[in-house]
Amino acid sequence: MISIDLIESTAEVLMDKAAIEIPQDYLDGLEATASVEDGDLSSFVLQAMLENYKAAKEDRRAMCGDTGCPRWYVKMGNEAQIEGGPVALEEALRRATATATNGVPLRPNRVHPLWRTDHDNNVGINAPEIEYGFEPSAPGQGDWIDLTTVHKGGLFGTDYRMLFPSDGIEGIKRFYLDSLVAFGKRGLACQPAIIGIGLGGSKDTCMVLGKRAACLRTVGDRNPDPRIAELEMEFKELGNSIGMGAMGFVGKSMVVDCHIEVGYCHTGGMQMSVHAFCLSSRRACARVHADGRVEHRTDPQWFTPFQRRETVEWPATATAAQ
Amino acid sequence: MTHKIIRLSTTPSPEDLAALKLGDIVHLDGVIYTGREGVYKRAIEEGVPIPMDLPAESAANFHCAPAAAQRDDGSFDMGAVTATASFRFSRWIADWFRISGARIIIGKGGMSPEDYRTKFVPNGAIYLTTVGYGTGALLGRGIKNVKGLHWRKELGLAQAMWVIEAENMGPFIVASDIEGNCLFERENAKIAGGLAKVYEGTRPAVLKRYGETDDRTDEVIG
Repeated sequence: MISIDLIESTAEVLMDKAAIEIPQDYLDGLEATASVEDGDLSSFVLQAMLENYKAAKEDRRAMCGDTGCPRWYVKMGNEAQIEGGPVALEEALRRATATATNGVPLRPNRVHPLWRTDHDNNVGINAPEIEYGFEPSAPGQGDWIDLTTVHKGGLFGTDYRMLFPSDGIEGIKRFYLDSLVAFGKRGLACQPAIIGIGLGGSKDTCMVLGKRAACLRTVGDRNPDPRIAELEMEFKELGNSIGMGAMGFVGKSMVVDCHIEVGYCHTGGMQMSVHAFCLSSRRACARVHADGRVEHRTDPQWFTPFQRRETVEWPATATAAQ
Repeated sequence: MTHKIIRLSTTPSPEDLAALKLGDIVHLDGVIYTGREGVYKRAIEEGVPIPMDLPAESAANFHCAPAAAQRDDGSFDMGAVTATASFRFSRWIADWFRISGARIIIGKGGMSPEDYRTKFVPNGAIYLTTVGYGTGALLGRGIKNVKGLHWRKELGLAQAMWVIEAENMGPFIVASDIEGNCLFERENAKIAGGLAKVYEGTRPAVLKRYGETDDRTDEVIG
């Protein structure tokens, strides 16, 4: 049984870490990007960002004043038992979100879409989003829960389009470039960013996949399908060849990495979504075990073979091989 | 590449502002207030008097909502501050200049070249953009103290009018000068020339969007 108090206190720590500490993989990626940027103003911006991450950690203050929209990705081992059940879990995550909003402090961004009601705690109707996944485990090793918080920023940089098989890779490239250029101008997308692309599924699945590709995969990670992995590399290079850099200034840094996730779709369609995870790529993760251990990390490890499975059954042997 | 940093008062003289050029890096000293759609609607559309002596106290309007909280004892905890995208405030900005006497607008991403020409230039105002746009922690360091918080109950923490005292707060970049030149427009024009080549080998979508344009010099802001 996993302690509900431990879940809540861990969630509060995660909220703090996500807002303040830039994940190492993104920092390494941005440093690599900065090292080849030769646009004068773009370079200045990247150096200022690198200084900013340092200042945030030193002062323990949020790295960006717009602390985004906190959300939760929860993954459970196949034997996870939560004290109080799933309702208590959601309560704990909502409470931790509210507590940390005042504690860090974060910006209370969440308001009612029509009445603009603001509870000043980032909690409201359907907020924060809490999404669930499950993971097979060998017998006796599945009583754990992974908590990942992402504080996704950005009113800009995300788009969706229904493409068709006849659009082909050329059409996918076109929409990718359109999204990058449209939201890259003036730096509305807060680039350079991790770009996530969702392909297929249905409209909602496509958006979910693209967002998760941007927010839940780390810089340098490649899709296990070698042809998709190749596309990811090609798209990263294509984005960086637009001639645009940080804030839309002349430069060559738009994309720190590109991640693509796919889902089976209607035979006549090819849905596509593009998502930019901004310069403050806020994500933090921890595994909470039934025995009270808490292991912190910045890689959500969301996309496992089980999450990407394409068959009806999930044979036990596949789990044993993990 | 090292950039010269210009220190600018938030109650600047016309000469101070005239000396600024596109792309200059600026740090601010003095009182700054936040104001965005909530403040604009209340002051302009509802006619509620501004609870500050403007522009005597400050001529610097920050399009911002800070990551901040008010403690039970009434004190403030302001960690990071970052601008929000300014183009959305176009409809109020001329009236705001009129009633506030603002000369420095600080925000994210600038406003349209037309706004600069028709609203900023006649009011002797310039635009400073934040950098990144995520240098919230660096800007937070430049806040000496929070002097006040107006309309907190009426507008909520994010939309309220925060009054902060800045000391060497930066960096900001001059995105429109006193003549209304536009930094982002200049950069867009430089980039536009190379776009045709980047798009080579791509294909327009078979299903069009209503009203879609292929003019790559377009912008998404209005």
